[in-house]
Amino acid sequence: MELRVEVSKNFAGAFDLKTDFTVAGEQVGVFGVSGSGKSTLVSLIAGLIEPDEGEIVLDGECLFSSERGIDLPPQQRRVSIVFQDSCLFPHLSVESNLLYGYRRCPVRHRQIDVKALVSVLKLDGLLDRGVNRLSGGEKQRVALGRAILANPRLLLMDESLSALDDGLKLQVIHYLKRASEKFRIPYLFISHSLLEIRLLTDQVLAMAGGRVLGQTTPEQLARDRMGQSQVGYINLLQVEKLRKMGGLYVYRWGMEELFVSAGDDEPMAVFELSSRDIILFTRHPEAVSARNLLKCTVMDTFPSGNKVGVELRCGHETLIAEVVVQAADDLAIQARNEVYAVIKASSFRRLG
Amino acid sequence: MPALSSPDIDAIVLSIKVAFTATLVSLPFGFLYAYLMTFFKFRAKVLLEVMVNLPLTLPPVVMGYLLLVALGKNGWLAPLLEPLGMRLIFTWKAAVLASALVGFPLLVRSIRLAMESIDGRLIQASRTLGAGPLDSLVTVILPLSRTGIVAGSSLMFARSMGEFGATIIVAGNIPGVTRTIPLAIYDYAGSPGGEEAALVLCGVAISISVLVLLVHESLTRKLARRQ
Repeated sequence: MELRVEVSKNFAGAFDLKTDFTVAGEQVGVFGVSGSGKSTLVSLIAGLIEPDEGEIVLDGECLFSSERGIDLPPQQRRVSIVFQDSCLFPHLSVESNLLYGYRRCPVRHRQIDVKALVSVLKLDGLLDRGVNRLSGGEKQRVALGRAILANPRLLLMDESLSALDDGLKLQVIHYLKRASEKFRIPYLFISHSLLEIRLLTDQVLAMAGGRVLGQTTPEQLARDRMGQSQVGYINLLQVEKLRKMGGLYVYRWGMEELFVSAGDDEPMAVFELSSRDIILFTRHPEAVSARNLLKCTVMDTFPSGNKVGVELRCGHETLIAEVVVQAADDLAIQARNEVYAVIKASSFRRLG
Repeated sequence: MPALSSPDIDAIVLSIKVAFTATLVSLPFGFLYAYLMTFFKFRAKVLLEVMVNLPLTLPPVVMGYLLLVALGKNGWLAPLLEPLGMRLIFTWKAAVLASALVGFPLLVRSIRLAMESIDGRLIQASRTLGAGPLDSLVTVILPLSRTGIVAGSSLMFARSMGEFGATIIVAGNIPGVTRTIPLAIYDYAGSPGGEEAALVLCGVAISISVLVLLVHESLTRKLARRQ
């Protein structure tokens, strides 16, 4: 997917949006806080709002051009939206919701097998139900299926996971990734959650005050924002359960073993670990109460507000820690140094 | 209890016929009007709003008189009606017109309330899923306005059943032709010994109104459950 958006839109002086970017990729994020113009951008791309001037081009086709007098109506753009709170048609069954866009899609564009999608999203048992009898996660899966079955060239996910709790969020993320990859549907994932952006996209546009500030990787954006965040940088650790030992759960993380208090019996899990919960030692500490002691190599250091971010390599895995400038100076932390990262078993937070 | 006379039965049948026709004829116009007023912005909106709601505030007799002036032999609309061979004054069609005009704001109000409560993103979703404006109107807005349509139709039907002032001016009070239940009751009330017959017709009017409201309640609940 290649999308070029060079438009401006002024809402009677209350807010103005001006963007000029080109993005190419299958899983692109748009990150920004509330009021930064993300949803307006979605509406402009989908044709729900007409820009004052500019041009929107998707995969070489002009969707809007003020200069050439082109403004394709939403139904001709083949750009579907998955809204924050699913927006399913309340008077239709799950099946009718799913087929709403599919039935309106010209036969030549119908490339997705309905049964296959229903199976991927695990909606088989829900087809006859009314949408008001679905849980939040089920609703969002139906909304996702409905949007994908319209065979869009681009799927716009407008804060689609914001209303879900962590468990459901992970579930929908899993389905979105599977469906997007299996049916080759590129998406633009709009969110104010850096975590969601990191889990779902491989490049991201950062927005603020109605402007696109730049394009980067989700990882880099997370590092850049570490100093402004209340919780520092959130490391995401994908782990595999090994055993339970003395009230703690033991997980394999790369080549390391981690002791975690908030574990469960699921074989696989994702844990969050704040950069602020990692203590660094330049020498092997003795008699430490924390249950995790990891020998790491410093790969890089970078400034982060009044602190220093430290990129650590533990086996094949990467961790980001954060120390105050004075500590970084005292310990002379620099690339290629060997350090010990100490982490309490209770510092890990189960995602989902 | 005294039995209904043949003219009374005629009045009941005519009342139902007039109310039903007025509601049925007004429904598509009411729906389109509500759609325009809810989803579009245009300059004459306020003026149109005032015009449509005027019958709610004007005395029905005034409405009837204006209709008479407009539709009469030398009325404003005579040049349009005459070539078509249409004569409306003092026919049951004039009663329908009077009822439609007076009940229209009630019909529109209910439909608009239902339309205004539709989440705009549902319409946006339908548009991005490939539906054009007319398709969205038929497949999203219309079904989600059903409760308003039922409520508005019931109200309008009930209002038409009770229409008196405009009807008597524009349609007259001709037994078997334009004499509806309210006009018949009016006749009985003014005639010596007509009290019993008037009361019987009052009972019929109350029964029909209760029935309409019961049907309205049941339909609204059913539709609300489906949504």
